[in-house]
Amino acid sequence: MAEDIKVDSTLDCKGLVCPEPIVKTNMVIKKLQVGQVLVMESTDAGATSDMHSWAKRTGHQLLKEEASGNVLKFYVKKMK
Amino acid sequence: MTDKPKRIALIASKGTLDMAYPPLILATAAIAMDMEAGIFFTFYGLDIINKHKYNSLKVPPLANPAMPVPMPNILGALPGMTAMATMMMKSWMNKANVTTIPKLLDMAREGGVKLIGCQMTMDVMGVKKEDLIDGVEIGGAATYLDYAVDANITLFV
Repeated sequence: MAEDIKVDSTLDCKGLVCPEPIVKTNMVIKKLQVGQVLVMESTDAGATSDMHSWAKRTGHQLLKEEASGNVLKFYVKKMK
Repeated sequence: MTDKPKRIALIASKGTLDMAYPPLILATAAIAMDMEAGIFFTFYGLDIINKHKYNSLKVPPLANPAMPVPMPNILGALPGMTAMATMMMKSWMNKANVTTIPKLLDMAREGGVKLIGCQMTMDVMGVKKEDLIDGVEIGGAATYLDYAVDANITLFV
């Protein structure tokens, strides 16, 4: 995967805990066009597992994950 | 992915603060995963959608060995201890930034979670439809079963 992913939208979920990160991610992804990329930022340690499950079930693609300090970044591509 | 959405059908039968969370968290998460979700509120669980009560659900300290600060039952039985345990739990949850029950209910309704109030419980407890929050439908066991028979997951809380 190329390092410079074009990001179309950013969602700040820092400080939020289950189930809000995936609830908000899903709300925002619905507003994007197919092929666009959302970055979701979270400080919830459970978000990694949840985002993988969310992507698997919704069919959207988790392109990349980054961690800096306690902030996790998830790059999600809208697939449908 | 598949044509027919997956579905979760929950029963909420408890009216304490701690027991109000699991069905609401699971239902809102299910909606986020493009699933359908429904909750049948029965017996004390009806308090979760009672607009006079849903903002003041309590944590019982009595016979609850899982309290973060363990409380002997002899103390838990004293007047005022339920209020204290509830206050402590709310402050811990607030610190962890956990969503409140009213906010979760808003999320659930916004996401289209089917909220079913149990008619029989309403009759027993003297609860009227106008005592319940907006967006609730009223039904009985058959209403729940009709919804749950097509569900992939069912849970009783």
